[in-house]
Amino acid sequence: MSSNITYKSLTQLADLLENKETTSEEICSEYFDRIEKVEPQINAFIKLDTEDITKKAEESDSRRKAGRQLSRYDGIPISIKDIYNVKGQSCNCASKILAPYTAIYDATVIKKIKEKGFIPFGRNNMDEFAMGSSCENSSYQTTSNPWDLRRVPGGSSGGSAAAVSAGEVPASLGTDTGGSVRQPAAFCGIVGLKPSYGKVSRYGIVAFASSLDQAGPLSRNVLDSAVLLDTISGLDKMDTTTVRDKRDDSHESIVRKSNENLDGFKIGVCHKYLEMDGLSESIKENYMYSIEQMRELGAEIIDISFPYTKYAIAAYYIIATAEASANLARFDGIRYGSRIKDYKDLNELYLKTRGRKLGDEVKRRILLGTFVLSSGYYDAYYLRAQKVRTLISDSFRETFQKCDVFLSPTTPTPAFKIGEVSSPVEMYMADVFTNFVNLAGICGINIPSGLTKDDNLPVGLQILGPHLGEDKILKAAKVFEDNREIKEFIPDL
Amino acid sequence: MKYDVVIGLEVHVQIKTESKMFCSCPNRYGEEPNTLTCPVCMGYPGAMPVPNRKAIEKAVIAGLMCGCSISEYSKFDRKSYFYPDMAKNYQISQYDLPFCLEGNIKVEGKGFSGKKIQIKNIGITRIHLEEDAAKSNHYAACSGVDYNKAGIPLLEIVSEPDIASADEAYAYLTNLKEIMQYGNISSCDMEKGQMRCDVNISLKPKGRKEFGTKIELKNMNSFRAVHRAVEYEIDRQAEALDEGVTLRQETRGWNDERGETYLMRSKESAHDYRYFPEPDLMPVVFTKNDIDNFKADIPELPKAKRERFISQFNVTEYDAKVLTAEKAVADYFEKGAEHTKSPKLLANWMITDLLKEISDSGLNINEIRVTPENLAEMIEMINKKTISGKIGKTVLSEMFKTGNKPSVIVKEKGLIQDTDESSIEKYVDKAIEDNPSQAEQYRSGKKNVLQYFVGQVMKQSRGKANPQIAIKLLKEKLG
Ligand SMILES: [Zn+2]
Repeated sequence: MSSNITYKSLTQLADLLENKETTSEEICSEYFDRIEKVEPQINAFIKLDTEDITKKAEESDSRRKAGRQLSRYDGIPISIKDIYNVKGQSCNCASKILAPYTAIYDATVIKKIKEKGFIPFGRNNMDEFAMGSSCENSSYQTTSNPWDLRRVPGGSSGGSAAAVSAGEVPASLGTDTGGSVRQPAAFCGIVGLKPSYGKVSRYGIVAFASSLDQAGPLSRNVLDSAVLLDTISGLDKMDTTTVRDKRDDSHESIVRKSNENLDGFKIGVCHKYLEMDGLSESIKENYMYSIEQMRELGAEIIDISFPYTKYAIAAYYIIATAEASANLARFDGIRYGSRIKDYKDLNELYLKTRGRKLGDEVKRRILLGTFVLSSGYYDAYYLRAQKVRTLISDSFRETFQKCDVFLSPTTPTPAFKIGEVSSPVEMYMADVFTNFVNLAGICGINIPSGLTKDDNLPVGLQILGPHLGEDKILKAAKVFEDNREIKEFIPDL
Repeated sequence: MKYDVVIGLEVHVQIKTESKMFCSCPNRYGEEPNTLTCPVCMGYPGAMPVPNRKAIEKAVIAGLMCGCSISEYSKFDRKSYFYPDMAKNYQISQYDLPFCLEGNIKVEGKGFSGKKIQIKNIGITRIHLEEDAAKSNHYAACSGVDYNKAGIPLLEIVSEPDIASADEAYAYLTNLKEIMQYGNISSCDMEKGQMRCDVNISLKPKGRKEFGTKIELKNMNSFRAVHRAVEYEIDRQAEALDEGVTLRQETRGWNDERGETYLMRSKESAHDYRYFPEPDLMPVVFTKNDIDNFKADIPELPKAKRERFISQFNVTEYDAKVLTAEKAVADYFEKGAEHTKSPKLLANWMITDLLKEISDSGLNINEIRVTPENLAEMIEMINKKTISGKIGKTVLSEMFKTGNKPSVIVKEKGLIQDTDESSIEKYVDKAIEDNPSQAEQYRSGKKNVLQYFVGQVMKQSRGKANPQIAIKLLKEKLG
C-alpha cells in the first residue's frame, strides 16, 4: 500500500487511517521518502524537522489506537507557509531579518488544525513577507515548478503549491493577499482557496496587508479545501475583524453533496477579458472551454463587465503597500530577529539592520507605502485608492445579485520561467485577476482546468463568489472538477 | 505686562483598567521589567490588537464629564514613528475621528502661587484614546526598554488655547485631575506617570488677534513644574519679543533642577506620522441609546458633591472642600457617615486626625487599616461618652497601627471612660489635696485655674475620667 500514499487526498488518507490500513507514522515517513527524492529539484521546504514530526505521528497513532483520535484527520500532515507562527518552530517569512526567530505562540489557524490532530509538516518557501508572485523573492532559495523545473511555482505561497503538486505533502496552508494562494495553485495545477475576508482568523499570521490578508488551503482537490476551510474558519476573539458565518452544514458536506450538475446555477463571465493585453492564447482558449463546460453542466451563463478592473491593480498596490509599510516597521532588530553589529547609534541600527536584512522587493514596497501615506500625498493616493476599493466592492455586490458565482482566468499566463520577469510592474500584472478579489473581500478558488498544448503547463480557472459565498464556489468548483477533461493533475517527476 | 499669554495643554492620563488597551496583560505599575508583556504589546510578528471595552467606556465617561459630545462613529488609526519604546514602531491612536469632541471644564480654585483665580470656562478640543509607550532606560554602555507600560490605555485630553497664566494652567490641571479621579478614570499619580502634561504657549501683544509663535514644552513631571516652566517661558518669550527677536516654532524641554527650558527640536525636524486607519480594528459605533446609557453612568462631580455634603451632613463649606478634594476621601467619609448619627463629628475627626495620620504615614486613604465603619464606631463611642475625645486620639492611632476595631482596643487597653461619680470624686479630692495653693487661687477668684485641676484629674485617671463630671465635682468641692 505504501507507494499509494504520495498522491492521496486528505479524505483518502483519513479513510486509510480509519480502516487501519496505514498509520500516521507510515504516512509521514512515506512523505519523507518522497521529499528526499524530489526536494533537491523542487526546493519547496525551508525547514523540515523530521524528528519532531515523527514524534507527533507516534503520538497520533497511540491516540488512535486508544480510540481517542482528535478527529478522523488525526495524524495527517499539512505543510505550512513560513508566515504562520507555530510555537517552537522558526517563522522567518523567508526573510533574513527574521532569522533567527522562533515563534512563541500558535496562530489561531495552527491551533485549530492541531485541535483536529493535523500535524504541521515543515515550513514552505515563499516570497519574502509574501511580497511577490514567483517565489523568487525568497531570501533562502528558489522553488521550482514541478511541471517544469525551469519555471516558477508562482507566489507568494509558491513553496506550498509546489510541495502539494510534487506529492511531498497532501495539502498546505498558504496566505492570499492579492492572489498568493490562487496564482501558485494555478501555476502548479492544484486547488487553492481564498476565503472571504473575516472568515479565517489572521491572528498569528505575520501581516503583510491587514485589510487584504486571508489564510487559505492549497490542496489536491476541492473536497480537501472544504475540509481545511471547515477546520480553520470561524470567529476568533483574537482577531476582531473575523465574522460569524452561520451555517447548518459544513463545507465538507456541501461539497460531498455537489456531485450532479449545475442546473439553476447562474454563472457570470466577462467576455471582455478575452481582449485583454497580455493574456496568453492558451489562457483564452481554456477560459472559453471552461465557460462552455459550465454551460453544458446546466449553468446559465451571464455576461458581465467590470468598469473598474483597470484601476484595481493601482488601488491594490497603494493600499497593500501602505499597510505593509506600517506592518513591517516592527522588524527593526530591537526585540527579536536579526540585528547588525556595527552601529554607532539607534538610527544607524535601524538603517543598517533594515537596509541589509530586507530584500529589494520588500524595500520597494515599504518605500512606496511610506510615500503614499506621507502628508500632502495621502489624499491623492491612499484616499483615492480607498474610493476605488469601495467602487469595486459595490460593483461585486451588484454582480452577485445577477449571478451565483463569477468566472475568470486565475492568471493571464501559465507559469513563466525563473528570471524571465524582471520588471516589478510586469510581475504585478501576474495578479491582475486576483488582486481585486482581496480588495472586495470576497471569496475565490482556483481549480485546475487544463494543460497548455505546447508546454504541458497547468492552467487554472478562478471561481469567485460573494462575501461568505464559499458554499457556492465550492459547489461550482466540485462539479467542474468531476466533469473536466483532465481528471488528475500530476506532474512527471 | 504688555503681552497676552496664550496657553493650551495636552494632558495624557493612563486609564485605570484591569488589563491593557489591546491585550490581556495586567495594567499594573512597579513590577519587574518586561514581566507584564505578551506577543501583542511586544509587537511580535502576527500578533493583533483586541480593544479593551472597559477602556473605551471610561474614555467616553471622561469625555462626558468634560462636557464633550460623543461621536457616534469613531475609529482607531496608526501613528507611525520609529523608536524602541513603540513596539510596533507605530502607535494605535485616534486621528480624525476621536471618541470625544468639543467640551469644556469650569475651572475654579487656586493657582500654584496660592492666588485664587477667576472662575473660567476652558474649552476641550478633543479627547482620544491610544496605547501608552514602553519605558526606555539609558545606562552608561547601553539602553534598555521595559514594555510593562507599553499598551496601557492612555487618554489624550487637548484643551483649547484658553489658558492665560501659569496659575490658570495649574488650576486647570487640578480641576482636570479631580474629574479624572472622580470618574474613576485614572489615579492620576504623576510620580507613577499616570498623568503627564505638555504645554503649548505663545505670547502676543495685548489685544492683538493673531497668535504668536507657538512653543511646545515637555518633560514637566509635576503641576508645580508646569507652573514654573510656564512662568519661565513667559519671561523668556517676553524678553525676546521686547528685544525684537523673532521666535521660531520649537519644542523645548524643562530642566527642573536648573529651573529653565532648553531646545529639544525645531519645527523643521517635526515628524510626519503618516496616520491611516488601523486595519486590524473595526470602527467603533455607538447608538444614541448607548450614549444615553453612558450618561447615566457619569459619577457626581466634585462641586455637586460639596454642595450635597453641606446640605446632607450639615458640615461647613471648608469641611466639604477638604472632604471632596479627593474622591477616595469623599467615598470614605460617605461610607463612615452611614454608620454614625454624627457625620459632623466624623468630618472633624477625619480632617484633624485621620488625614494627618495618613499624610504622616505616606499612605493613601485606600491603603490604611482603619476602615470607615470602624472610624464611625469610634465616633459613636465618643458620642455616647463611652470614651472621651482625648482617649479617642489614642484609640485612633492604635487603630491606625493595628487595624483593630475600636471596641476591641478600648476593652484591651481599659480605656472606657469613667462616668462613675464616686470614683471620679477620689481623683478630684486627691487633686485638691495635692495642690492647696492652686485651690486657694481659685477660691480667691482666679476661675481659670479650674482647667489646671481638670488636667490633674485626667492625668490621674489616665484620661478616663469624664471631663464634664470632673468639672461638676471640682466646682462643688472648690466652692
Ligand atoms: Zn500584552
